[in-house]
Amino acid sequence: MTARYLGRKVATLALTLYVTVSFNFLLFHVLPGNPVQMLARSGHFSPAARAELIHLFGLDHPLFVQYLIYLRNMLHGNLGFSYVYREPVTTVMGGAIGNTLVLVGTATLVTIVVGVVFGVIAASRAHSLTDASITVGSLGLWSMPDFFTGMILIFLFGVWTHALPVSGIVTSGVTEGLWTHTLDVGRHLILPALTLVLVNAAEFSLITRNTLVDVLVEDYVVTARAKGLSRRRVVWGHALRNAMLPVMTAAGLYVGMILGGAIQVETVFSWPGMGLLIYNSVEQRDYPVLEGCFFLFAIAVIATNFISDLLYHLLDARVRRT
Amino acid sequence: MSDDALAGAPGAPLALGATRARAGVWRRLWRDPMGRAGVYLLAVVLLVVLVGPLVFPFNAQDFGTSASSILQPPSAAHWMGTTELGQDVFREFLAGGRISLYVGLSATLIAMVLGAGLGLVSGYYAGWRDTVLMRITDFFLVLPTLPLIIVLAALFGQSVLVTSLVIGLTSWPQTARIIRSQVLSLRERPLVQRVRSLGAGDLRIMRVHILPNVAPLIFANLALVLSGAILAQAALAFLGLGDPVQVSWGTTLHNAFNSGAMSSGAWWYVLTPGVGIVAMVLAFSLIGHSLDRVLNPLHGGRS
Repeated sequence: MTARYLGRKVATLALTLYVTVSFNFLLFHVLPGNPVQMLARSGHFSPAARAELIHLFGLDHPLFVQYLIYLRNMLHGNLGFSYVYREPVTTVMGGAIGNTLVLVGTATLVTIVVGVVFGVIAASRAHSLTDASITVGSLGLWSMPDFFTGMILIFLFGVWTHALPVSGIVTSGVTEGLWTHTLDVGRHLILPALTLVLVNAAEFSLITRNTLVDVLVEDYVVTARAKGLSRRRVVWGHALRNAMLPVMTAAGLYVGMILGGAIQVETVFSWPGMGLLIYNSVEQRDYPVLEGCFFLFAIAVIATNFISDLLYHLLDARVRRT
Repeated sequence: MSDDALAGAPGAPLALGATRARAGVWRRLWRDPMGRAGVYLLAVVLLVVLVGPLVFPFNAQDFGTSASSILQPPSAAHWMGTTELGQDVFREFLAGGRISLYVGLSATLIAMVLGAGLGLVSGYYAGWRDTVLMRITDFFLVLPTLPLIIVLAALFGQSVLVTSLVIGLTSWPQTARIIRSQVLSLRERPLVQRVRSLGAGDLRIMRVHILPNVAPLIFANLALVLSGAILAQAALAFLGLGDPVQVSWGTTLHNAFNSGAMSSGAWWYVLTPGVGIVAMVLAFSLIGHSLDRVLNPLHGGRS
């Protein structure tokens, strides 16, 4: 990886972050119907209180100055103050980020492994009944809304069989011992993570299958087979490596998808993460928290895309040469 | 109109070819088992959604008369049981599909016009216009879609119109990317070059020679965007950001979830609207994937 390439990528990243911050400002502070103006304009305040509120939010400054103040706040990591929790937005989010990372991280690992394995099975038996079943099954799971899949799992494993906990992250009362605690969280994690895996693995299995089917007819694969290597070794050893590139590109976009899924799944399973926080702040019209969560999600997706771009560059000899 | 007369002659065979190609697309879709399954499923869904409410109209005010009519399992009187207010789940289900379909279609229309339009301009003119438009596209491509839709719906209200607009305005980037790359290769074709040297205007070339050739690709993408739009509408409504007046499948699931249907074991209340969403989305994604397989130049039509 050349320094020039890296420099260009970092410059693009900086520009994207700047545009994202400005886009957030536009959404929450400029467009008509934005929460700060609605609060200040609503008739519930005496003229004096209104003036004070306008001053407090800096609405008496020209828009450009408001924008500069906003940029300065963002640089200082000041994302505003929650209406509901009466705490800084960063504090409110701080308690939720870890829970979402655990859920999304676990789900992502399993999703990629399951998706790729099924994609490889489908591709190595392309146009067979197995292939068709995996493709149609993937499409069927892909067509399920995350929240609906979650609700079905609640019926299956919670309401009807009481096999697994369906709500929250810990059983109330279970406090003693790190081991007991971890095990308890793990049990609560199973159904929400499974929901995300079921819906999202389909995307990976479809992409892996389609790419691999195209790769498997290329000359070097035929050569490897002619050399006497077993079919299994050619598929898993040679072809899959090259088929992984589109899968990696998809992984960048996938983060945006799984975060959307996390909002639904955390709502259904009352998993106390960023998604549930978004749901609650929409319900309670806690706009500063909503803004902070959206900003963090955007940053997460941008960062993942940046990393997946770099990895792509490292892995693909064809891109590296240019 | 001399440019029309001049361009007409070489334009004709290409346009004709495109028409023939389009007819071929539908035949190939029908011959693909996956595509045909999608068409059948879509026919059933449309019948249920468009004709169903006429046969079994839903009256939201038709509450149960006693406590014993609340959250009842399926019976002869209520084929799919009753809600927490004693309403008929089956009739509510028939009524709810229309909004899901309506929002899906109008959002997709917006996304297609934006995506295809930007992709066309970007790919055709190339150069600095392409660079600027694709930078904008990439920015929106990266933004997490559902969180953005939720934020916009929370800020701008919950009517069917706002929901359609919000989903449409966030669903176009992928379309723009796909159309652009196809147009980029089309504009280099000898025929397009020749027509241009004959003096045909940009708009005419785009309309007569480029658009008909990317139309099938637009259709394949349309079906997939439509599935995504229906899922997005369902998620919004489930999270309580649906139109409070118009019932949709997502709204029914929102009510079911928040009225304790889960803990009461009222599976009929959850499963009925859910299956509706899955059937509608699956129909469109079967068709979309089949078209994509048949048309995508990357797969070389091998499958």
